[in-house]
Amino acid sequence: MNAQGFAHKYGDNVDTDVIIPARHLNTADHKELASHCMEDIDAGFKDKVKEGDIMVAGFNFGCGSSREHAPIAIKESGISCVIAKTFARIFYRNAINIGLAILECEEASSDISDGDQVSVNFDTGVITNETKNKTYQAQPFPDFIKDIITKGGLLNSIQK
Amino acid sequence: MGMTMTQKILAAHAGLESVAAGQLIRADLDMVLGNDITSPVAINEFEKAGFEKVFDREKISMVMDHFVPNKDIKAAQQCKQCRTFARKFDIKNYYDVGEMGIEHALLPEKGLVAAGELIIGADSHTCTYGALGAFSTGVGSTDMACGMATGQAWFKVPSAICFNLTGTLSEYVSGKDVILHIIGRIGVDGALYRSMEFRGDGVKNLTMDDRLCIANMAIEAGAKNGIFPVDEVTEEYMKGRVDRPYVVYEADADAEYDQVIDIDLSSILPTVSFPHLPENTRTIDQVGDVKIDQVVIGSCTNGRLSDMKAAAEILKGKKVHRDVRAIIIPATQAVYKESMRLGYLDIFIDAGCIVSTPTCGPCLGGYMGILAEGERCVATTNRNFVGRMGHTASEVYLAGPAVAAASAVTGKISSPKEVL
Repeated sequence: MNAQGFAHKYGDNVDTDVIIPARHLNTADHKELASHCMEDIDAGFKDKVKEGDIMVAGFNFGCGSSREHAPIAIKESGISCVIAKTFARIFYRNAINIGLAILECEEASSDISDGDQVSVNFDTGVITNETKNKTYQAQPFPDFIKDIITKGGLLNSIQK
Repeated sequence: MGMTMTQKILAAHAGLESVAAGQLIRADLDMVLGNDITSPVAINEFEKAGFEKVFDREKISMVMDHFVPNKDIKAAQQCKQCRTFARKFDIKNYYDVGEMGIEHALLPEKGLVAAGELIIGADSHTCTYGALGAFSTGVGSTDMACGMATGQAWFKVPSAICFNLTGTLSEYVSGKDVILHIIGRIGVDGALYRSMEFRGDGVKNLTMDDRLCIANMAIEAGAKNGIFPVDEVTEEYMKGRVDRPYVVYEADADAEYDQVIDIDLSSILPTVSFPHLPENTRTIDQVGDVKIDQVVIGSCTNGRLSDMKAAAEILKGKKVHRDVRAIIIPATQAVYKESMRLGYLDIFIDAGCIVSTPTCGPCLGGYMGILAEGERCVATTNRNFVGRMGHTASEVYLAGPAVAAASAVTGKISSPKEVL
């Protein structure tokens, strides 16, 4: 399990209202949600994001509402992994439950710049900044969570 | 080592003698909640996974409250999907137009949540029910789907911060000011992944509405849950509402807390959170001259009867400032009806406010009070993020009902003392 792509960098306390504004919550369509992802803090995001890219942010990423539409919009937009200093707890569980990879790593979050080429090894937790030629160590997922993500989300993991 | 109140409830629902912070558990659920924007995602997942039955038709609540009465065609489609699902599985606690209220005001009022129970809800403010001595927490739609199918959810057992409350609240100060004060002190991630356990002699001086409001905004400090001990106030509230046996849990005397924070309730002043984070708090004497365009009094945070009373006492015989639109939203039909009986609705309408049917509406920028570019609103709601109530260049100032009502009269953020 690995990810590789360009970094899209944001600050602290990125809330779910800016990830996907509530005015778009009258739909559960993944593609429509993705078309509005980040529009209130980064209007150009949907045009510049490419399949496999990595989102990098500061403390408390995904705070606010429990809307699963937020990790869905991020995943559907093509983002393969979110790296943050910390995640808000509901976002953390929602991301795992829908199979969006997330890693907490303060050093990587501080050091990676917008546009850097970044790769992630989920088994080891090693994050590599290929642009700056540096590596950072994040805590790899515990087995319980790795099981959910590799099976493609919580629902798939509980099915016998 | 002793357990916190939260850990005891989690252990009991996981069938374990004890649990420790950091432990991953699977626990039984007493109630699974969803609303009109989170349930459709859950229903899609439920159907995609091929589940053919729900674990217990009486332990699921679906409340149509966010964009209801339907604000547009898409919202109508989503409610229709929920309604169809609820009928198919004979969901007992399905609340639609006519019976519905804002979910976190409605469930305690209807006795659907009780002390010692474990509740998950696909809405972040599900943490409200900690006021009753329950463990309740917000989750996403996939957790809701799994919860509806299996009656279980996975949890990482949280550690806790103890808030040791003493003293009594001053005049015009309510639970909202307490929680804004706390968030201002510890920050929007000050309790991240942890429980906020409220304890101490001051608890008995807080009404159930105060406690519901405080627990409601635990998520705004990043907490997994907020929880109060069960006392006479709790028992009195549940009497006549909860007709099933419930269990009262207490934290062990040697429970370990990450931190103990002392809060003297008598020292708390009316508090306002400035844009764009709930932690940007200022006491009312420090707000300066902030002109406003709108006031919203309502929401799962402050749409209960005591909030209507606080607003009515200030607005009685007064007029809303001509530059302000004042929107009052009783949180449930019962609150609406009781406000009518007590004459509050006459006071509001005579003052120039509008009174709306229960809805989350403006709180999350859905409808019923969207802000234009550059506009400012004093709201008794719970979030003031960028664009939360409308245009990305609009501003939301969070306050309790007394400050909101006073501000409606003066046209700027004001202390109740300025108008009385």
